[in-house]
Amino acid sequence: MAEITFEDIVKPENLVYKKTDLMTDKALSYCPGCGHGTAHRIVMEIIEELGLEEKTIGVAPVGCSVLAYEFMNIDMTQAAHGRAPAVATGIKRVYPDKIVFTYQGDGDLAAIGTAETIHACNRGEKIVIIFVNNGIYGMTGGQMAPTTLPGMKSSTSPFGRDVESMGNPLKMTELVAQLPGTYFVTRQAVHTPAAVRRAKKSIRKAFENQVNKKPGISFVEIVSNCNSGWKMTPTDSNKWMEDNMFPFYPLGDIKVDGQLVK
Amino acid sequence: MGELKLMKGNEALAEAAIRAGADAYFGYPITPQSEVIEYLMAEKPYDRTGMVVLQAESEIAAINMVYGAAGAGKRVLTSSSSPGVSLKQEGISYIAGSELPCVYANVVRGGPGLGTIQPSQADYFQSTKGGGHGDYKQIVLAPASVQEMSDFVKLGFDLAFQYRIPVLILSDGVIGQMMEKVELFDQIPRLTDEEVAEKYPWATTGKKKGTERRIITSLDLDSNKMEEHNLHLQRKYKTIVENEVRYELIDCDDAEYIIVAYGSSARISQKAVQMARKKGIKVGLFRLITLFPFPAKQMQELCKKGVKGWLAVEMSAGQMVEDVMLSVKGCAKVEHFGRFGGIVHTPEEVLRALEEKIIGD
Repeated sequence: MAEITFEDIVKPENLVYKKTDLMTDKALSYCPGCGHGTAHRIVMEIIEELGLEEKTIGVAPVGCSVLAYEFMNIDMTQAAHGRAPAVATGIKRVYPDKIVFTYQGDGDLAAIGTAETIHACNRGEKIVIIFVNNGIYGMTGGQMAPTTLPGMKSSTSPFGRDVESMGNPLKMTELVAQLPGTYFVTRQAVHTPAAVRRAKKSIRKAFENQVNKKPGISFVEIVSNCNSGWKMTPTDSNKWMEDNMFPFYPLGDIKVDGQLVK
Repeated sequence: MGELKLMKGNEALAEAAIRAGADAYFGYPITPQSEVIEYLMAEKPYDRTGMVVLQAESEIAAINMVYGAAGAGKRVLTSSSSPGVSLKQEGISYIAGSELPCVYANVVRGGPGLGTIQPSQADYFQSTKGGGHGDYKQIVLAPASVQEMSDFVKLGFDLAFQYRIPVLILSDGVIGQMMEKVELFDQIPRLTDEEVAEKYPWATTGKKKGTERRIITSLDLDSNKMEEHNLHLQRKYKTIVENEVRYELIDCDDAEYIIVAYGSSARISQKAVQMARKKGIKVGLFRLITLFPFPAKQMQELCKKGVKGWLAVEMSAGQMVEDVMLSVKGCAKVEHFGRFGGIVHTPEEVLRALEEKIIGD
């Protein structure tokens, strides 16, 4: 029997998976088990699959994904905390034919950037917003976020979020779905292969909406884990997310083609 | 000769933005500069040149729209007045840190806080010492006429792109609101997207296959690299100090005393100089056009010619006067005069201050 060499195996017909060229080779700065890496990858895969590499400009936030531009191999602008939708508005308004998206966490999008988020949505900016919600401030070390669940512990709610004194978690996605300027609003997850496939389908739709100049923002929330911030193992954090986050932040489409899903 | 018009300072600035080939204006209304966005909206620059005008939800959003579009290589501007400009400072710091070109105007009103809607020059420190965080500078142009409100938009864009730096047109409520004759410069065509991509290879215009991606950021977690970036910025500011000082000397040749002023205070001081000359006082006016870079060297040269006293006239409690002191290095007496909190001083008050504070002693 002839010896099988490496060259015999590496052939186009044997290719089952290839990392997109639109992800750099730089090691991700995210904690092992975190959903950000998967979310980055599927956004970049969609940009590659739709052939948008040469006309896409991404906007990175402040938060865990502040360094998204280190990993996303396209032109990127890093925005001040919460300002990504305004930065994206500026780019899209002077380049209406280019593709512009923001990638933001929950502290960025739903706390300090609430005004920019709501007004970009309300103006119907023709951009894509990818909103990764893990219910905590990850980068700064696990403080309470606008989306932290009632009773959930964090370093600034060490005895659990007391809604009486700390307010309620904000369902930003349901909120923006009410605005006439949003065209597509959905909530997805990336913790299982099936969830990744559904999330990727939504992200594809979001970018296709922009390519086809649909009127308004396409807004994709990804409910994700933060095993470090939640102080759990990656597996436990995904189970906890299913048991606690999903009932409060139910997955699925909220608005499709400008119409609220009944 | 260009087209002549009678215009408010704010309107001249807005018209100049269109003619300078600006791609977009992002703003938020605030007295006494709301005419800028009102004029632009009424003028429909989209039909004239394709220029975008957008009313943002806040000054913070407006400056971040500028940041995004400037990072993509476009000629963009914003304007506001003091409380609104305070809100923009975070964005200005990012623009300076990321080395992006933009023009913005502050039509200064009295402060602090909500202050008053009347004219002031109390934002000098914020404008020249870095209103936001970090070691950065911006070029500050101080118009003293409606004509300069127009001219400095064009000059501002040229400097902004030459040095990749924010350029502030530091006006005040007098210059913004008053009407004067202005000669408008001819329309400069907007660059096409292709021209932008070619001219500004640093701009995020979309990564062509096989090329390096562009990143607009002010972040570097490696402190050594951050220090190197800061050193680079300081070298750039030094070049600007060496090459871009602008000022005007009026009656300074034989002057024993010099009034230093900018903007509307310079107009008022010029009248005071005329009145003083009639009384036989040898006084001249050093009108600052750039506040950063500051004409320190030029002031030292006048010191050597034997100037006996300097009066810094500004509508503030005394801000620019500190730079005059630092510049003349104790060669002669330096005093400050100015009304503030929204009060505009008169030429008579300036002359009296010169006689009492500088000559009288």
